[in-house]
Amino acid sequence: MTAPLLDIRDLKLGVATGRGATLPVLKGVSFQIMPGEAYGLVGESGSGKSVTSLAVMGLLKKPLAVSGGEILFKGQNLLSLSKREMRRMRGNRVAMIFQEPMTALNPLSTVGRQIAEMFVLHQGKSWREAHRLAIEALARVRVPNPDRRARNFPHQMSGGLRQRVMIAMALACNPDLLIADEPTTALDVTVQAEVLRLIQELCAEQGTAVLFISHDLGVIASICQRVGVMYAGCLVEENETRALFDDPRHEYTRGLLGALPRLGSRSAHGRQRLVDIDSIIADRSKLTETRFIAPRAAEGSRP
Amino acid sequence: MSAPLLQVDDLHVRFPISGGGLLGAGRRTLHAVNGISFSLAKGECLSIVGESGCGKSTTALSILGLQEPTEGAIRYRGEPLTGPGAPDRMERAKAVQMVFQDPYASLNPRQSVRTSLAAPLKLHGIKAASEIEGRIEAMLKNVGLTPEQANRYPHEFSGGQRQRIGIARALILEPEIVVLDEPVSALDVSIRAQIINLLLDLQDKLGLSYLMISHDLSVVEHMSDRVLVMFFGEVMEEGGWRDIFETPAHPYTRRLIDAIPSHEGVLAPPMPDHAAPLLAGRRFVSDGATAPDVFSAPATSELVEIAPQHRVRLALA
Repeated sequence: MTAPLLDIRDLKLGVATGRGATLPVLKGVSFQIMPGEAYGLVGESGSGKSVTSLAVMGLLKKPLAVSGGEILFKGQNLLSLSKREMRRMRGNRVAMIFQEPMTALNPLSTVGRQIAEMFVLHQGKSWREAHRLAIEALARVRVPNPDRRARNFPHQMSGGLRQRVMIAMALACNPDLLIADEPTTALDVTVQAEVLRLIQELCAEQGTAVLFISHDLGVIASICQRVGVMYAGCLVEENETRALFDDPRHEYTRGLLGALPRLGSRSAHGRQRLVDIDSIIADRSKLTETRFIAPRAAEGSRP
Repeated sequence: MSAPLLQVDDLHVRFPISGGGLLGAGRRTLHAVNGISFSLAKGECLSIVGESGCGKSTTALSILGLQEPTEGAIRYRGEPLTGPGAPDRMERAKAVQMVFQDPYASLNPRQSVRTSLAAPLKLHGIKAASEIEGRIEAMLKNVGLTPEQANRYPHEFSGGQRQRIGIARALILEPEIVVLDEPVSALDVSIRAQIINLLLDLQDKLGLSYLMISHDLSVVEHMSDRVLVMFFGEVMEEGGWRDIFETPAHPYTRRLIDAIPSHEGVLAPPMPDHAAPLLAGRRFVSDGATAPDVFSAPATSELVEIAPQHRVRLALA
């Protein structure tokens, strides 16, 4: 069996309260992402999905700090890297796209320059060469008129185009892992569909693995092969996408699936009252005591 | 049948856009809403769906009286809501209210829940403290909060509870029509169900009529009786929820439904058979894929009825 690309082992993370105590935020999270695999993390706000991704990127800010566990990327523990080594890794081997492309892009610099910077910093290219590559990168994410658009500032672009620019930047150096944190939440449905397709196609082309974070189960289902459900800092269920949706095992996952109206279900079953997650789960503190982590299927059976 | 509660006829909203030139040179007109007509019956939930910029919020603002229509008429119980002789804001507030998208931005952080809820009552001439107190208490119970919580401030509540306060604030004057502008899209997934259930319960209990604006089609399917699909200021398709979700005819509606990510693959059902003879040889105005020019009025077209109450916009034959 091939080695996992990202292997998070019993990751514990907390907020230091100042009196020597730490408030746990992640209580021992473990999961693996194989090379080229799209892995989804779902959960409500505060469940710990975003801090997990920030920990992988080495972007945790005080008072958040890792208090235990390992993040192995290609066998190397990212937690033991120096700041300098981490900076070289970030953007180059592991890249990230964020929810709000307007705040993630620099408003004072043209998008062409921001993409070109990736090639200059990580691949030692000259600015002239990097600019040419940046235009190619824009063409690859299907931005119309890439040479004209490269001279645009972020505010001159629509939300969908800005998200394409973010994707172009993230994939510029052919990273092994792309972390996408709610990348389509701020977009219209039709634009969201295009952006999701783009992420899926480009990553498949380059063999880039994806860690996809979203609260939208539909989005996760449409692009991930394997899904982890997070609740209160724990991974409570993990399974192949199809299996998780067809046969959710954990009480919380079942609640989450029943809490959302699903297109077509009113035609099929009439209007059902939506599941109020609080009403089926009497004691939320007990929720994380049980976990269902389905074993990974043997190599070769993955789609 | 009695007259509809709300009747909108041929509503147009246009905005003058300054071109930045000298003496008004380059001034253009943005066509935001181009001839929308619909009615809302008592106890009904009508949803307007479409992408950002399609004019759905402008339409809602016109009904609330926050945006003067350029052309067209809006009637409430047969009486005009716009133009000369229209009721003032105070009168209108008793007829139409709104629940906003973001419960973090729509509540005044310096006012306790009691102050927020009492303000509209006092403005409308209710002076007796006991009556104000009684109505606040009843309303908080209606939305699933306790009367003791009236003393608290917005920051002491979670997102879902804040949206409950937003709903209480909209309902305290007992309006008949409530405009719901993306009522759950800012809320966490686990909270959405509670608010959707609450809205449906209140509609039932108080006989409310909802005009919901949303781009979340699964919520729209769950809550609506009828649906309007808007694209660049025009209705592309309208019908009962079954018409729109089970037999969508316009390519734009089908594109919207198909764009919803799901693990079940392609979602839009095949073209309805009964529509085929009516649509033969006709052309849809737009496929929704190419953006029309918002600075010129759209080409004339017509809404053609392909089934009872189910209409689709087609180019003139």
